[in-house]
Amino acid sequence: MPKDDILIDVKNLYMYFPVTAGVLQRKVADVKAVDGVSFYIKRGEALGLVGESGCGKTTTGRSILQLYNVERGEVWFEGANICKVKGEKLRRLRRHMQLIFQDPYASLDPRMTAGQIIGEPLIVHKLAKGEVYRKQVMELLSMVELEPRMADRFPHEFSGGQRQRIGIARALAVRPSFIVCDEAVSALDVSIQAQVITLLMRLREELNLTYLFIAHDLSVVRHISDRVAVMYLGKIMEITHSDELYDNPLHPYTQALLSAVPIPDPVVDRQRTRILLAGDVPSPVNPPSGCHFHPRCRMAIDICKEEEPELRNIGSEHWVACHRV
Amino acid sequence: MRAVDDLSYYLNKGESIGLVGESACGKSVSALSIMRLIPYPPGIIVGGEIIFEGQDLLKVSEEEIRHIRGNKIAMIFQEPTTSLNPVLSISRQLSESLELHRGLSKKEAAAEAVKLLDMVGIPDVEKRVKDYPHQFSGGMQQRIMIAMALSCTPALVIADEPTTSVDVTVQAQLLELIDGLRSEFGTAVILITHNLGIVARYVDRVNVMYAGRLVETAPTEELYGVPRHPYTLGLLRSVPRLDLPRSHKLSIIDGLPPNLARLPQGCAFAPRCYLAVDRCRREKPALEKVAENHYTACFRNSEVKKEARVD
Repeated sequence: MPKDDILIDVKNLYMYFPVTAGVLQRKVADVKAVDGVSFYIKRGEALGLVGESGCGKTTTGRSILQLYNVERGEVWFEGANICKVKGEKLRRLRRHMQLIFQDPYASLDPRMTAGQIIGEPLIVHKLAKGEVYRKQVMELLSMVELEPRMADRFPHEFSGGQRQRIGIARALAVRPSFIVCDEAVSALDVSIQAQVITLLMRLREELNLTYLFIAHDLSVVRHISDRVAVMYLGKIMEITHSDELYDNPLHPYTQALLSAVPIPDPVVDRQRTRILLAGDVPSPVNPPSGCHFHPRCRMAIDICKEEEPELRNIGSEHWVACHRV
Repeated sequence: MRAVDDLSYYLNKGESIGLVGESACGKSVSALSIMRLIPYPPGIIVGGEIIFEGQDLLKVSEEEIRHIRGNKIAMIFQEPTTSLNPVLSISRQLSESLELHRGLSKKEAAAEAVKLLDMVGIPDVEKRVKDYPHQFSGGMQQRIMIAMALSCTPALVIADEPTTSVDVTVQAQLLELIDGLRSEFGTAVILITHNLGIVARYVDRVNVMYAGRLVETAPTEELYGVPRHPYTLGLLRSVPRLDLPRSHKLSIIDGLPPNLARLPQGCAFAPRCYLAVDRCRREKPALEKVAENHYTACFRNSEVKKEARVD
């Protein structure tokens, strides 16, 4: 694949957070939120990132956006390693990468009108003022299917779905090429969720956006993404094309995750095999040895306890980290 | 504001039903009413009957309802963190209701608590009974809630979004657990959820609510196979499904759920319904029988049936 087809290339990314204790706040351990993760996202592609809470998916997204200081690993964006970029240069870079948050209630300033919220990035990045500014805000509103007259309303006057649209318009204001959607539709009701999913898919097509779509709901992630990466305790277990993930899941964790998602059709659902995992996800402070999944894995053998499996390409961009494939 | 408006349904002994709808459709309020847990003021049950084992729960005294609550009807809430008492060990929380409702001695209650916690799958129970709620994960806390709910072998368990705050693999564990206990003790279950998938797998019958009213009720398979209300059909078609190819388009229900304080004159769903005709905007449809055990409140239910067939 030609190199310039890749927009984001993450190489061996690690993100540890120190756990401190005592009067001196000495470091006693690390939360290994992201523990050696590598993947790429092609230009115009939507890559889904799924996993259970605490698996490191949000930290991965935020590390790519340089919201954390990445000390180990590389994130390449448009052919440059952006982990080394600082100050004014980083600020200019941020324009090209945006984030859409989960909670539409908490991520909008209650004292600003919808118009001000959407227009703020234009002012911060000195992209427009005066008549041009007003025109762009109106355009952004209609892009997310809100009416121009809503520009003067405050966040509390909107419903959850409308608020999420404001958050999307704010992200689009600076014409980014890459957007991280972090549980962007998870807090919404089913009928509203479908509206926002459809909107995100249409915008991607129209504006040629690249998405990292982070969510815990496998059906939603698969629907929106071209490829899906499955994370467990800071590591990627499997990456493959969205249809392949359902038709041919190879990692035992992916298989369990898929089987836990009920299908809203009793006739189809009854015919599926169910794999019930025992126990909870272990703590990322002290992850199990070898393959992080081995204590809950029904296929585990001795080697899984000792040696960490590598993420291997088994053909046609299907990557799996498992000794037992 | 009418949170729940003229809702009627029944539940047989040992049966499980799903109560499905989006936020603010009245599904939780209707369940809290069964337990007489609606704060008054502002909430008031204006009319109706809730017959449980032949007795109208709205007419019994405060004393009697307290005896029924937790003993014959138990509830599992969405947030175990806020429903468990943080300053009591889990053993104490469980034995409290055992002493109160089953009249066990302190020692017997403590032993029974260990047995219950073991049954719901708390690992190393003997060591952990003296632990406090915050020392358990969300999934484990919900297991403790389930143990509490079952401690008096109630005839009915109301589970209000019991798995919304846990991960999907834990959700599967919890729902299997509730289902297993149902077949073991013959407890009837009302499962309140917005997730149509959960309902498909775990209940016998489904009630769909919209804007405080029951819009459709049918045996699970029938509801998914031949929905007769446009809202049910819309809900089914607006969720992404793992088993369908990705090219499959989501169909969208336009607009927003109505404000319960300003409901339209006719059918509450009419403004969002693509099948709506003039009559729908004028008159409120009543529940009408369309098949055995299958009722729907829609003037256009035959059209919905045709739509559902086009797949």
